[in-house]
Amino acid sequence: MTVILNQSFTGVSIGAVLLLIALGLTLTFGQMGVINMAHGEFIMAGAYTTYVLQKPIENAGISLLLALPVAFLVAGSMGALLEWLLIRRLYARPLDTLLVTWGVSLMLQQLARDVFGAPNVQTTAPDLLTGSVSVAGVTLANSRLFILGFALLCVCGLAAILRVTPLGRRIRAVVQNRDLAEVSGIATGRVDRTTFFIGSGLAGMAGVALTLIGPIGPTTGTNYIVDAFLVVVVGGIGRLRGAVITAFVLGLLQSVLEYSTTVSVAKVVVLVGIVAFLQWRPQGLYTVRTRSLV
Amino acid sequence: MSGLITRRGLLTGISALGAGAVLSACGAKTGSDTSKAAGAKADTSGDTVKVGLLNSLSGTMAISEVTVHNALLLAVKEINAAGGVLGKKLEPVSQDGASDWPTFAEKAQALITDSKVVATFGCWTSASRKAVKPVFERNKSLLFYPVQYEGLEQSPYIFYSGATTNQQIVPALDYLKKQGLTKLYLVGSDYVFPRTANKIIKTYAKANGMEVLGEDYAPLGSTEFATIVNKVKGAGADAVFNTLNGDSNVAFFKEYKSAGLTAKKLPVLSVSIAEEEVKSIGTQYLEGQLTAWNYYQTTPGAANEKFVAAYRAAYGKDKPTSDPMEAAYISVHLWKAMVEKAGSFDVEKVKAASDGIEFDAPEGKVTVDGATQHVHKTARIGKVTASGLIEEVWNSGGPIKPDPYLKGYDWAADL
Repeated sequence: MTVILNQSFTGVSIGAVLLLIALGLTLTFGQMGVINMAHGEFIMAGAYTTYVLQKPIENAGISLLLALPVAFLVAGSMGALLEWLLIRRLYARPLDTLLVTWGVSLMLQQLARDVFGAPNVQTTAPDLLTGSVSVAGVTLANSRLFILGFALLCVCGLAAILRVTPLGRRIRAVVQNRDLAEVSGIATGRVDRTTFFIGSGLAGMAGVALTLIGPIGPTTGTNYIVDAFLVVVVGGIGRLRGAVITAFVLGLLQSVLEYSTTVSVAKVVVLVGIVAFLQWRPQGLYTVRTRSLV
Repeated sequence: MSGLITRRGLLTGISALGAGAVLSACGAKTGSDTSKAAGAKADTSGDTVKVGLLNSLSGTMAISEVTVHNALLLAVKEINAAGGVLGKKLEPVSQDGASDWPTFAEKAQALITDSKVVATFGCWTSASRKAVKPVFERNKSLLFYPVQYEGLEQSPYIFYSGATTNQQIVPALDYLKKQGLTKLYLVGSDYVFPRTANKIIKTYAKANGMEVLGEDYAPLGSTEFATIVNKVKGAGADAVFNTLNGDSNVAFFKEYKSAGLTAKKLPVLSVSIAEEEVKSIGTQYLEGQLTAWNYYQTTPGAANEKFVAAYRAAYGKDKPTSDPMEAAYISVHLWKAMVEKAGSFDVEKVKAASDGIEFDAPEGKVTVDGATQHVHKTARIGKVTASGLIEEVWNSGGPIKPDPYLKGYDWAADL
């Protein structure tokens, strides 16, 4: 029983990580239809932000909390810059976007290598987040609880922005019908850039949270990029709800399979499952009409 | 699964290279005749000779291999400052293996044919060594491999300056047994070294009344260890034997600590974590955990003080020195001694001169064993300290004769 509970928590926490890394992508890929291969590097930028901030600020807790908004700005600005420089010129050409952003991703990795060195760097986690609490025989790692809470907070925040703010309304309008939005007086170019800013910023914040559980190095982003795309594709392009459900289902599936088989086998089975699912439902769990799909 | 991929990758690499070798051989008809291949001969005509440095300067293994590359450069610099080898200065040629095994094979061939190097130093993972082995054998060129590995290999064109199993893993198991830690859980990356090492560990355990309660592998570069740590925690083991490599160690030890496991409750003995890795994983996650090597930065002796000081002067005061770095450093010096004894850069003459070559290494005196092309080394078990260094807690008392096939151990007869 303890095993089942333990593994369920593991599954949920893997799901939270997946959700966190995919959340920014639900905006940039899901809403805007941009295949941004440099998304992982925004995660990396967030992770390095934590590292940089820890040098002047000794208190690990304060620097981590401060790193969240700073990473959002850093990664968001990088994203907005990328959108302004390259992506907006390639909106009708998804394949070219893929190649260009992949190139950008390689350049950013090399930049990180030149600035911070090829070896990984370490950050100190606040003491509060390195321990664990026991509930009914189940060990809940504090870092995982933090990530879970943070991921849910981000989802709620993003959902709120999309649903109730004027900005969210504009984003949805542009996604649903760009021409109509434009004739209604919405500056679609600016909306695109803002959307990209928020999406990339979310990746940066994910990077901060991931320093608690993973390595921080030039290739950090590549560890997560494929999983992030899987979540968005399976969840259904453009649907936040789909991404949330998919992240947790994949997390639980992964943890159950890993426990009963091996890590490699679990990965294969999950991928085969995803392929089969997409054969049956190519549009993913949920769908919305976006300009990338019409 | 991984075995398949590796093998396929290897085959592709080799067949591509094979095609290249045939082309450059211009009519060499048999495979054994490739030494006559144009351009495959080392160039020793000028005032300088080139030596190849083949390490991953990018990718998931860069965290470890860059330090080895630095140590190699340091040794080359020292040798040049002392007048070179046979009156010729060494010119290092670096190639990036990029943590990708077929790339290693490609770059090895480039060093031999394009740069015409007299010897090559490098590789870290066994997968990369297995990928380049046929290249060096076909071209009859020398590789010096500086990292502890899983044994069961003895290529005529590779010198192994790191430990083989009976100089690291077997002594580590002896140590665990002596401490009464007889129930083990094995965690490793999914490739040739951890799988072979674990095969040896299981055979040892069976013959020595120890028990292996579980065995788990994660793909190289994997960063999700929650489930594996849960399994380890639930198994009731006395110790974890860790053969993870690269980035995975960071994620594993972060998860390990989060799960409430400590060195006191359930010690982890690692064979791929040296001072540099301790630094990038974080001492807060590693303090008190065990490692098995032949050298630590804290190893006493004048040769080591000199080595540590020289390395810091060249690469920065906060840079630690580690076992693979030391083994890489001595490999260049050992090669120099072999060449000087042979009086020639000729590969066959160098090999013939290798037996009994001694060097006053940072780890203590080391001697080359000509028959196996390995090195006599002292095994040491260390504990990670709060300052991020590793402190020796046990050693084998003297250099152990290398035995890559474990022929001298009865229990290993079935391997």
